[in-house]
Amino acid sequence: MNFDPFVIPFLTGLSFLCAVLIFKYAKWFIKLSREHKFKLLKWIFSHKIILALKEIFLESLLHRKIFRRNFVLGYMHASIALGWLLLIIAGNLETKLHSSKFFNMPYDPVFLKFFVHERSGIPIAAFYTFVMDFLLLIILIGIGLAVFKRFRSMLFGLKRTTRLKSFDKIARYSIWLIFPLRFLAESFTSGQYNTGGFLTGTAGHFFAAVLPVDYLSYPVWWGYSIMLCMFFIALPFSRYMHIPTEVALIMLRNFGIKTNKIYDGITEFEVNSCPRCGICIDVCQLNEVQASDIQAVYFIQSSRENKKDERKAFNCLLCGRCENVCPVGIEVNAIRITKRKQLVFDNKNAFNFLTNGSTEKADVIYYAGCMTHLTPAVKSSMCRILDEANVNYLFLDKDGSVCCGRPLLMAGKIEAALSLVEKNKKKILESGAKTLVTSCPICYKIFREEYKLPIEALHHSQYILRLVREKKITLSNSQQCVVYHDPCELGRGCGIYDEPREILSRTSQLVPMKNEKNNSWCCGGSLGDFKLSAEQKSEITRDVLMEFMAYSPEIIATACPLCKKTFAKYGNAKIQDIAEIVLASILKEKVTEKKVEVLQ
Amino acid sequence: MSKNVIVIGGGIAGMESSAYLAAMGYNVTILEKEGKLGGHLLKWERLFPTKRHGKEVLEFLSQGISEHVSIIYHADIENIERKDQVFNVHLSKGTSLKADAVLIATGYETFDARKKEEYGYGIYDNVITSPDLEEIFLSGKGIRTASGKVPQRIGLVHCVGSRDEKAGNIYCSKVCCVTGVKQAIEIKEKLSQTEVYCFYMDMRMYGFHFEELYKEAQEKWGVYFIRGRLSESCENADGTIVVKVEDTLAGKPLKMTVDLLVLLVGFVPSEGTRKIGELLGLSFNSNRFIKSADEHTMSNVSSEPGIFMAGTCTSPRTIANTIMDARSAAATVASYLEGYNIEKRTIHRNLK
Repeated sequence: MNFDPFVIPFLTGLSFLCAVLIFKYAKWFIKLSREHKFKLLKWIFSHKIILALKEIFLESLLHRKIFRRNFVLGYMHASIALGWLLLIIAGNLETKLHSSKFFNMPYDPVFLKFFVHERSGIPIAAFYTFVMDFLLLIILIGIGLAVFKRFRSMLFGLKRTTRLKSFDKIARYSIWLIFPLRFLAESFTSGQYNTGGFLTGTAGHFFAAVLPVDYLSYPVWWGYSIMLCMFFIALPFSRYMHIPTEVALIMLRNFGIKTNKIYDGITEFEVNSCPRCGICIDVCQLNEVQASDIQAVYFIQSSRENKKDERKAFNCLLCGRCENVCPVGIEVNAIRITKRKQLVFDNKNAFNFLTNGSTEKADVIYYAGCMTHLTPAVKSSMCRILDEANVNYLFLDKDGSVCCGRPLLMAGKIEAALSLVEKNKKKILESGAKTLVTSCPICYKIFREEYKLPIEALHHSQYILRLVREKKITLSNSQQCVVYHDPCELGRGCGIYDEPREILSRTSQLVPMKNEKNNSWCCGGSLGDFKLSAEQKSEITRDVLMEFMAYSPEIIATACPLCKKTFAKYGNAKIQDIAEIVLASILKEKVTEKKVEVLQ
Repeated sequence: MSKNVIVIGGGIAGMESSAYLAAMGYNVTILEKEGKLGGHLLKWERLFPTKRHGKEVLEFLSQGISEHVSIIYHADIENIERKDQVFNVHLSKGTSLKADAVLIATGYETFDARKKEEYGYGIYDNVITSPDLEEIFLSGKGIRTASGKVPQRIGLVHCVGSRDEKAGNIYCSKVCCVTGVKQAIEIKEKLSQTEVYCFYMDMRMYGFHFEELYKEAQEKWGVYFIRGRLSESCENADGTIVVKVEDTLAGKPLKMTVDLLVLLVGFVPSEGTRKIGELLGLSFNSNRFIKSADEHTMSNVSSEPGIFMAGTCTSPRTIANTIMDARSAAATVASYLEGYNIEKRTIHRNLK
């Protein structure tokens, strides 16, 4: 058995890391809900594990999402993560081949070059030497990029980088030093014994010529081991906790386990999977207007520390732009809502005073939503469209109604929200309708996610498109230049991007924009933020409008009454909902038809 | 040779300041975008609090416009250059005018009630604005609903586009409360059987005789005042309007059907005020009106020498205040032109 006292720091660090990880993961596992535990046991030995492994390879090792965002940033991550793993695997194989035993000490491959100089016993030794050197080179380039990024983040597509905590810094500096030290240690030893591959051998040759490598190599091996120890000890308390945790998270997610209304075990896995890469910082619209310490990365950091930071929880538009770019896919909005729940008084009996009226029978229910009542042009257009298409519909909230519950849910008043969900659901089901249509993406999102309706729920853009396809309404193209603003709740919130665009391309000249679909801006009117002043919100709105105006649209179209209202306040351009544009298009088509009839 | 002053805008402020500047012996040119002098005064039949006719005030102002005042109608200013002390104003017709001082009197326009979509202006036929009602008074036609019926109940909504952060205007427009009271009385004078409801946040009856008018509306005419801001209105099948409001004195939500809903729209800076201010590189205040050098002491002085303001281009004002401000502006301009430089006095702003 190979042994030298310098392996002790490495072994200590590794054992400490394993102990902490086992303790933490066990704690979070216990905190998982019953339903989640059941899911975990149900799926862990199924085909889903293969899907999970595939995702782990693509995201945790290859860092595919980061590659898509910025090639150099992707390369940096992939070279360190995948390179390191391959180095461990190759090192282990090499060790096993050398000792021809199945079992080896965990430090054997790490310090193999120190212990083994006579390599003639290893089959295809030259190949292994080459591979190990090659992997080390790849990692060293990655580390070089990481150091470079510290000073020139713009080249990696990052305007702002995360402000780090002290444990993050310890871990970072140790990871920066681990591989250069390994390189030096291996080179020095290679210089001593005239071994090594193209990298360590060449460097060793050079070092042996200019330095007293016989004296230097031993302390450098010590240094290498100590750095590994420091990294392992700092890891569970630093952002590098994401390395093991993300693997666990990807598995859990593949088993259908995700944060749902309560801050529990899975939420712990999620917040500990955040690498604090800071990709979420630049996309946040609050940077410019107010705060630079509430972005997803900082909110998650404070949650990880079990803090109940009221401002970080409530100062957020819940627009989902950060979620959209998160390479780990952490559901920040859901987590923020659970944090809000911890901070508010949530009373499930708050709406007991509401009484239930009777509901008429109909095929289709139209639920305008409170916001649509504040933009009556949208609801009256929608009613006209339904009339034109001869739909047998019931206007469920014509004379006022119970709120859908989503604004309460966003505020963290989940029990209160669910009590409203129950009341509305009863009304909806009483009608015997098969389709529920709403004009408000905020309502639409909660209908989809919380109502668990046995009937279909549609946003009006989906329903209108269906009416067009079924030829119940005919549209005429006005050739007006239109840009389409994706509402957060409809776009990133529900994934509805294409239906509104298909309608608009039939009614107008739809001009694509740079920041659209999942990269669209929040209008600034979000119900999610409780901390911004009216002036700060309007600053967001004006910035977004300015970008739209660069396309010189005749109409700025949207599919959300709240976005419409928010823009209408400041815009000089015409702001219209899709329903209004469709109605104008139907009426225009009718006029043309009449003219044709007269001519005939 | 006497000096030239260009007055931009021929409304109340422009007319009265021109009259005083001409009387002091300056060559005054009014640049008016319309074909007529008078501005908003042309659109108001009677004025609060005395119910005197608008045209009486207009006649008075017109008497000040002597042969020493030249007027260019349908003026469209393309550019204003400044060389040393002299301004060169270029109009779109190709003419250019030289001036030693410029007085901006470009005024206000009423808030576009369509921006407050929940009130239904431009969507429901029986929702009109206070200027629309004034137009009905001026035309001499009776007050009728869209379908031509005599309205049995009319609602007046205060603070539409004023004191409303959500509409982007946090300030009070100063004239709408009392305009509402005046119009409520006028409705009762014409249709004594019609019920009139005013929905208000609080009644700002700060002016002389305003309180008396308010009292008269309640005691003599039986106008109902309900404290509460309208949340939304919607339309019944017969075209009547349902308003939803919280009666904050009774502490109850209220739903009421009216035949006609009048929105008392507030002041916003006019398009001309924005355009001329930007053209001359002036500062604007947080409410987008042109910023005065000092709110207490130098309301007519702009951030640039030789450029002055009169009237509602700096803030909402009543007619009486606009006339006073116009005369004050004339005096300020004269101080500048004669080199007395009274307008250059400094006032310290304690930043603490």
